[in-house]
Amino acid sequence: MSSDAIAIEKLGKRYTIGARQLGNTTFRESLTSMVTAPWRRFRHLSGNAEDATQFWALQDVSFRVGVGEVIGIVGPNGAGKSTLLKILSRITAPTTGFVDLTGRVSSLLEVGTGFHPELTGRENVFLNGAILGMYRNEIRRKFDDIVAFAELEQFIDTPVKHYSSGMFVRLAFSVAAHLDPEILIVDEVLSVGDLHFRNRCLGRMQDLRSEGRTVLFVSHDLTSVRQLCTRALLLSAGRVVDDGTPGEVTRRYEQQHHENGAVQSGAVDRVHPPRGYHLKRVELRNAAGAVASRFDAGETMEIHLWASGPAPENSYTVEFKLLNDDDHVISFGAANPVQNIYYRAEHEHFVCRVGPLPLTEGSYSLSFSIGVWNVARWDAWPKAIGFTIERCDLFHTGHGISNVHDGDFVLQQEWLIGP
Amino acid sequence: MTIADKMLVVPVSQPERRTLRLEAPRSWQMLNLAELREYRELLFFFVWRDVKVRYKQTVLGALWAVIQPLLTTFFFALLFGRFGGMSRHVSGPYALHVFVGMMPWTFFSNAVTLAANSMVGSSHLITKVYFPRILVPASSIVSSLVDFAISFLVLAVMMAAYGVAPTWWIVTMPLFVAGTVVAATGAGVLFAALIVTYRDVRYVLTFVMQLWLFASPVLYTLDIIPPQYRRWYAVNPIAGMISGFHASLLGGPFPLDVIAISTITTAVLAFAGVRYFLQVERRFADVI
Repeated sequence: MSSDAIAIEKLGKRYTIGARQLGNTTFRESLTSMVTAPWRRFRHLSGNAEDATQFWALQDVSFRVGVGEVIGIVGPNGAGKSTLLKILSRITAPTTGFVDLTGRVSSLLEVGTGFHPELTGRENVFLNGAILGMYRNEIRRKFDDIVAFAELEQFIDTPVKHYSSGMFVRLAFSVAAHLDPEILIVDEVLSVGDLHFRNRCLGRMQDLRSEGRTVLFVSHDLTSVRQLCTRALLLSAGRVVDDGTPGEVTRRYEQQHHENGAVQSGAVDRVHPPRGYHLKRVELRNAAGAVASRFDAGETMEIHLWASGPAPENSYTVEFKLLNDDDHVISFGAANPVQNIYYRAEHEHFVCRVGPLPLTEGSYSLSFSIGVWNVARWDAWPKAIGFTIERCDLFHTGHGISNVHDGDFVLQQEWLIGP
Repeated sequence: MTIADKMLVVPVSQPERRTLRLEAPRSWQMLNLAELREYRELLFFFVWRDVKVRYKQTVLGALWAVIQPLLTTFFFALLFGRFGGMSRHVSGPYALHVFVGMMPWTFFSNAVTLAANSMVGSSHLITKVYFPRILVPASSIVSSLVDFAISFLVLAVMMAAYGVAPTWWIVTMPLFVAGTVVAATGAGVLFAALIVTYRDVRYVLTFVMQLWLFASPVLYTLDIIPPQYRRWYAVNPIAGMISGFHASLLGGPFPLDVIAISTITTAVLAFAGVRYFLQVERRFADVI
């Protein structure tokens, strides 16, 4: 009898980067894209433009997780961790290969999914429990425990819109902690938040481990992987590149990371450039003009981009989007319409000077696109290059601000005493 | 291998656990009824949440379900019946005719609009947790039934006020209600799936629903449709449902030809809607 709880065979996931990803928001754009949709689909079917619009977030991933193992998945941004998590949670389907899950599965990508602010704590416990896959009888049976665990007895019939954020998270976590899975798939989001909450999450996971449950834990936080897991797996560029004890894997990962992976080398040549006109190379340079991938907050950065040749038309724009390490777009810049700079067809090298960077410590990436604003997008290069903000101490107090707890930006601020 | 050996392979005390396989979707997806059965409690919770939130957030609560059809009926009766002279085509009181037509129409229109926008409105759920996606539009349709049920109370009052007694034909009424629900499900899930992919279908939908009202026998009777177009008119799935609903409540001949054609198109619409929804269901989390 096989003792594998999770068996993954040659798993692959291909994403199509549509116009949507690059801000298809106007009515006109949607209409034109609606009209051209059959054409694009046809091109897709006939295999054209494959490289331009598609990329593999996961490729040929195979591994097995035995019953009772606690496995930590680590890897840099864009390695495919969240794609793997989404496939295992059945949110998205794989393109190739398969996953076999044996046993009752619960997956937690966040706590409090489906909580409705207008409903009371009691109502939300039932709703959230049902969304997480509990039956009504089961929730009813565990209800008192859930409320006691959250320490919210007096407020359980108050609409959650009146809760403080701490109360909200306590209730949400309490529901999640009363799940009774044989396999738990859990995202690192659970390990951020305040220290107390984080310790409780880790404690609950330790309980599951001692009960012999199987846990798959995706994390950036190497320390908790070392503490909790019995095994770790390193993903990089959509593939499994290391598999072993948490100590070894995290150490090798840290070494690699500090020796600068391809993504954070300060200069990147397009690996699979699309046919036709495209962006082929990007460099990040610091104020001294040297190629760099690490910056401090307050520095300026020069982004250099090269196109494959002369552009199809005059009067076009180059855009960038700045992404944080959750891959959320946090800023946008463009030659036009943000500024009234129109490039001419013969231009092939574009430079954008940004800064002083108001970013907090952490890693960021940049996506680019080129074309005529609102009319044509000749090329898009998502997550072309990454960089790190090493030190964020804009006000020279010696206190660094990191993006783990304190957001991605630091605002200019001035503290005074009221009149 | 003896029986005893087999027993060792699969010990009785440890029943073999179910293995769930996740792989690329097959091209021909059909409703997984066993799974839907398993998730029926979640449907119940979604409906319960929709109804509760809808009435919590409004000042008048459930009264809306009464006010909306009454006011529309009043204005339509005034405009088309009194000023437009439409009432001479109707045998009974025109306002009652309009109200009875407005009941399934209001349900249909609300259910389709809510269901169509439900997927985008639930994107935070769809990107975080698995459940059969069709539960989202389905719960919008079921929760719209609550308002529909309330409108029957108003109808009872109106029929008493106009002195119109129901006939035995009322027993056929649930059939037409069921037909309207099926048509709303078909159109609702179809638009829900379309709106996920093409957001501006939302604007198209508003327009479609406005036209659809005039293509349905709410403000007039089937008699004003020229006989040569009657067959084409009946292609509108809810034309047959509304006229059947009408006949079952207020008595009067059942337009069997129209009902038959509408029943077929209702079935086609529901099948096509659910099929299309399931076809694109697996992509939702990637594009929503």
